[in-house]
Amino acid sequence: MTALPVPAGDRAARASAQGRIRWELLSQLVRKDLKTKYQGSTLGFVWSLANPLLQLGIYYVIFSLVFRNGIPSYHVYLMSGLLAFTAFSAGVTGASTSVLGNAGLVKKVRFPLLVLPLSSVAFALVQLGLQLPVLFVIALVSGVNFFHLPLLLILPAFVLLVLFSTALGILVAALNVRYRDTSHFVEIAMLVWFWANPILYPVNLVRTQLDPHHLFWAYFLNPMASVVTAFQRAVYQTPVITNTNTGLRTALLADGGYLFYLRNLALGFVITGLLMLFAVRTFERLQADFAEDL
Amino acid sequence: MSTVEATPVVPAPTAPPVITARGVSKRFLTHKSKATALKERVVKGRGLGTEEFWALRDVDVVIGEGETVGLIGPNGAGKSTLLKVLAGILRPTSGDVDVQGRIASLLELGAGFNGELTGRENLYLNGALLGLSRRELESLEESIIGFSEQGQRIDDPVKHYSSGEYVKLAFSIAVHVDPDVLLIDEVLAVGDEAFARKCLAKIAEFQRAGKTILFVTHSLDLVETLCTRGIVVDHGRVQYDGDPVFAVHTLRKILGTDRPVGAPEVQEEIGGHVVHGAVVSSTRGGPRAGRFAAGDRLHLRVDVEVVDGPTVHAGDVRVVFMGAGDIPIFGLRTPEPLPARAGRYAVDFEVEVPRLNGAFIVGVQVDEPTTGLPITARRFDDAVWVETGVLPGILDVPAQVQVSEQ
Repeated sequence: MTALPVPAGDRAARASAQGRIRWELLSQLVRKDLKTKYQGSTLGFVWSLANPLLQLGIYYVIFSLVFRNGIPSYHVYLMSGLLAFTAFSAGVTGASTSVLGNAGLVKKVRFPLLVLPLSSVAFALVQLGLQLPVLFVIALVSGVNFFHLPLLLILPAFVLLVLFSTALGILVAALNVRYRDTSHFVEIAMLVWFWANPILYPVNLVRTQLDPHHLFWAYFLNPMASVVTAFQRAVYQTPVITNTNTGLRTALLADGGYLFYLRNLALGFVITGLLMLFAVRTFERLQADFAEDL
Repeated sequence: MSTVEATPVVPAPTAPPVITARGVSKRFLTHKSKATALKERVVKGRGLGTEEFWALRDVDVVIGEGETVGLIGPNGAGKSTLLKVLAGILRPTSGDVDVQGRIASLLELGAGFNGELTGRENLYLNGALLGLSRRELESLEESIIGFSEQGQRIDDPVKHYSSGEYVKLAFSIAVHVDPDVLLIDEVLAVGDEAFARKCLAKIAEFQRAGKTILFVTHSLDLVETLCTRGIVVDHGRVQYDGDPVFAVHTLRKILGTDRPVGAPEVQEEIGGHVVHGAVVSSTRGGPRAGRFAAGDRLHLRVDVEVVDGPTVHAGDVRVVFMGAGDIPIFGLRTPEPLPARAGRYAVDFEVEVPRLNGAFIVGVQVDEPTTGLPITARRFDDAVWVETGVLPGILDVPAQVQVSEQ
């Protein structure tokens, strides 16, 4: 232990280290989540995969084997949208209880509270990071070769996924301290939200309904729809499928190019930017009372 | 009744300020009127009546580097709220708080632990929250675990810890992360005596290192012996800010514990004696004086009334000079009892001030001379200062010191 007074400049740096959102702190919190959620089990990795894989299995059996939708490699199509949405849903749901769940820390230690919803989103992204390689392996094994140009779309889509989840996560984390049923509301909203994205169904079903009214663009006011369709284009890639029995060609993806996706993503970024401003301001306004409201 | 002059003394900050709070107020909204459910908020809209409670009102505190400040006050006075606001855990409703440097805080029980994690994992999490890097924590890990006395227990989840073990680990982390400011809220009482001593030794080490310490406590002796400054908070306002001994007296006045237990608020004529006053001065019967040096003549005039009644007793008047923590230092008594005759008497004592150091107060007691039973007692909180030496301790002992080569 140093026995000398610290020079003032050094002190300012240390104060800012305590008040700033640092990677070190974020990673410690994610590590804590990994440990507490999986009880330190060595199978933690498996658990993080079990849920989406089970979901995938069920949907695959129902929609591909029972209903016979005739989409080739349906599981790859399904998985590319599902994993993106699961990461979003898990991130936002986790963030909604992040401040409340860390009451012990919030009430005792000075630290940037924004790091709490961020760590929940980061935790969901870590899980996505574990799941994506599985998706890639399954896709390759199923004969879907995604090593083509559209794969690059996954990058802006991923960034939008992160930012949108973060913005919404920050908002619901703050609201949940004040209004305790926010997290329940979020859970229900996620169930509904799931169906607002073309994860199980082809986006063209929506297009044929909305195009006559020139309202297809409005479907993408939901940034997750842009993320999901971009993920599908990036991994599944085939825009038009041919039914092997009838020879009938149906459009599965919304578009076979890039501009369509980039435009939708850009709209998503604008919406996310506005939401982020609102969320951070709300959080900063409400956090004044967090330590007392918990 | 004599009172301590409770004018807030804000010492001119000689050291650079570490914590600056200006015009800090903190309002809480009471729960019953608050929409705690989103559903309620939507149903009832904005027209919810809010009942507010001001935990802090317009508090100005500037704490300089190297100060040890005791924050005292009755329960519910706003001490802990003030500590949390200064720690940056609560944001003030209005006003500004500025803190320079790293703050380690020990608030109530625990210091931000997660029950599911082991002691060691909490150490890293807590360290990260306090702004340390993993590398720094790795180098500190051993000494933290050593100081906390946890040994093998460090790898148990902290939910299995006793409250004492919890605090040991929390304190150990807080003092090892090399904080610039240490905030402690009434936690030292939890550990066993051996650990409490270790903590006090560590705090003394911090003081020597010029660190800033701020603690909330109900053990007033600790404030008198440890602190360089005392802040009394009551009803959300700073009532006194300055010398710790005066701060403790101010608080005792607020609490009403400045009289012995059971002593009546207004001096009644128990057996017919009332102590009206006791004034320390430098001349016989002169105006009040507060500062003396060893060897000075100190005069004390006690104003006693023997009240007429069915039974009128004689009374021995005894005076005790008390130091910090009400330790009696020396006593004086009338050679003969006051006569059992109604009237008002001035009892003048004169002493040569002994070689003392510190602040002292006077307690007056009237006893029944034959039985020795107390008739009435009263203490006076106007402190008398005696400054003789610069060495610590109540007593300044003249000594010869020789250094010779052997």
